[in-house]
Amino acid sequence: MAVETTTRAKVRWGLLDVVVVVFALVPVLWIASLSFKTPATLTDGKFWPREWTLDNYRTIFDTDQFVRALVNSIGIALIATTIAVVLGAMAAYAISRLDFPGKKLLVGVSLLIAMFPQVSLVSPLFEIERQLGLFDTWPGLILPYITFALPLAIYTLSAFFKQIPWDLEKAAKMDGATQAQAFRRVIAPLAAPGVFTTAILVFIFCWNDFLFAITLTSTERSRTVPVALQFFTGESQFEDPTGAICAAAVVITVPIILFVLFFQRRIVSGLTSGAVKG
Amino acid sequence: MADIVLDKVSKRFPDGTTAVQDVDLEIADGEFVILVGPSGCGKSTTLNMIAGLEDISSGELRIGGERVNDKAPRDRDIAMVFQSYALYPNMSVRENMAFPLRLAKLDKETINQKVDEAAKVLELTALLDRKPANLSGGQRQRVAMGRAIVRQPKAFLMDEPLSNLDAKLRVQMRTVVSRLQKQLGTTTVYVTHDQTEAMTLGDRVVIMRGGAVQQVGPPQELYDHPRNLFVAGFIGSPSMNFVHAVVEDGRLRTALGDVPVGDRIRRELEAGDAPKELILGIRPEHFEDAALVDDETRRRGMEFEAPVDIVESMGSDKYVYFTVEGERASAAELEELAADTGAADFAGGGSNLVTRLSAESSAREGETRRAWFNLEKIHLFDPGSGRNLTLQEGRSAGALAD
Ligand SMILES: Nc1ncnc2c1ncn2[C@@H]1O[C@H](COP(=O)(O)OP(=O)(O)OP(=O)(O)O)[C@@H](O)[C@H]1O
Ligand SMILES: [Mg+2]
Repeated sequence: MAVETTTRAKVRWGLLDVVVVVFALVPVLWIASLSFKTPATLTDGKFWPREWTLDNYRTIFDTDQFVRALVNSIGIALIATTIAVVLGAMAAYAISRLDFPGKKLLVGVSLLIAMFPQVSLVSPLFEIERQLGLFDTWPGLILPYITFALPLAIYTLSAFFKQIPWDLEKAAKMDGATQAQAFRRVIAPLAAPGVFTTAILVFIFCWNDFLFAITLTSTERSRTVPVALQFFTGESQFEDPTGAICAAAVVITVPIILFVLFFQRRIVSGLTSGAVKG
Repeated sequence: MADIVLDKVSKRFPDGTTAVQDVDLEIADGEFVILVGPSGCGKSTTLNMIAGLEDISSGELRIGGERVNDKAPRDRDIAMVFQSYALYPNMSVRENMAFPLRLAKLDKETINQKVDEAAKVLELTALLDRKPANLSGGQRQRVAMGRAIVRQPKAFLMDEPLSNLDAKLRVQMRTVVSRLQKQLGTTTVYVTHDQTEAMTLGDRVVIMRGGAVQQVGPPQELYDHPRNLFVAGFIGSPSMNFVHAVVEDGRLRTALGDVPVGDRIRRELEAGDAPKELILGIRPEHFEDAALVDDETRRRGMEFEAPVDIVESMGSDKYVYFTVEGERASAAELEELAADTGAADFAGGGSNLVTRLSAESSAREGETRRAWFNLEKIHLFDPGSGRNLTLQEGRSAGALAD
């Protein structure tokens, strides 16, 4: 009886998973397919391109516009991610380890920031950045990204840190480690999966952002890819840029996939099991 | 190896809790000392202060004659075994045990040799390449011990190291700990909750209550000569029976009849500030079935009659529970002990008397039985202060002493 229900449940869940995956992947594959089509066959409605071409890719990498945006995107996202994760790790460490006055307030405020509708901040930010001369610069995007990624980072990281048995740090100290050695050799390896997970989430957030990028930039100097795509035109005014846009869309998903694949191996669940009883 | 001296050591937490108060304790080189007491009495805090994991608020801690109050744990050369084992999950058993040695910057060969040695002692050789996650509770426990013994520290500190094991394994590991300590002769401070561990393992037992030391001594001495009500009730299983007594005309009126007292106690009770009520403490084994007592012995005690509630035959002897009328003995200490054990042992309405009689006793449930108890072995406590009045220069002399 129990076995029967579990197999049936498995099948049901399996089907559901397939539906979700198909639902999520079909548009992606469609875009990939479009990016390989020639302008003539672009609108033929066929899933599989009849004529394959790499022209679209050649086009986007020929335009300085796109390459420049790609560099901006990668640079801005990496810097924002690094800073947000480092700051977030410190805050999360304090939140999960220490009892300090104002701890609840700090958590509350960071939650507030996370829930704040970003659209309503766009115009004030625009004004502020223009006054400060940050408009259309890398820091002009990095700063708001850090601000909005921090609550996310603090939340995920403190959830991870709370799982680390702190007896391990004490044990390391008893075994003769300095505070730094205890952190480096015992705590850091255990905190790593949490840090990588957070890094992925924050990176994706920065990489995908459109709202800030379109309002706080005006030129190629700091325009990121999601925005650059909007300004994409073909070689000439009369050319349909759809193919090129699709190619660019494919290109910008690649770093995300690489990023996730690279860090995924480090996200080993159950890494802390066996440290302590219960 | 070294001795450990606590000189008026106190711990106050920032929130105002005084967890440990003026603890004086001298632990000799190579001695095995047990810290026991109810939950929250400051055992772990005391241990953590010795380890250096908690600051000492006031007082002085000396290890091997040297003041170490301000030394970091790593400079104290002490090993600790945690209740949670605290094994490094990302390291194999070998790496776990080698960790302290690697930090001490020993060369590879020495490290391997020492780890192999320790592994052999603890029968871990076959498991050296496993990760802690793939070990059983008992094996993890042994790895934790292994990590402590590899580097031959000045002292071992253990905080309830066996409390996560099941009953059978605990008995087994108890002998391992005991054997190991004897073999190595390293000064050891061991925190436990467990009566049996406290009674069997250590050279001396320290009983704590509310952050203060109640009594220090070899287990048998604490059992026979408890300094106060708390120690008397804490040590022993089943615990001592406590009976309410009223002082009247130089005698003690109790539910078990009038108990005569010797000159010394009488003198004490005649003093102006003497308590008018007392608590009479009798251990279960100091009762006997009145029918089985010879005349010579009978004179040393007194008899009473009470209905038998339950009889439990243990083979070697019988536990007989009597119901007695009368007021229940009450004192702050007894309530605390009852709360800690969570049992009705102390709160039995004063109406239940646990006695351990000879196996030959024919006591049956439901009948009214005549029982005898030894007056030379009873204790009298002042319910106000908890002090044991029968104690004379640290020895308990019973109620009849002159
Ligand atoms: N960081 C802290 N801040 C404030 N009070 C604390 C702190 N740590 C412990 N205490 C308090 O100090 C007292 C002693 O705690 P401790 O952990 O030493 O008890 P224990 O005897 O080890 O108990 P148990 O047998 O339950 O482990 C307790 O009342 C506890 O609530
Ligand atoms: Mg404790």
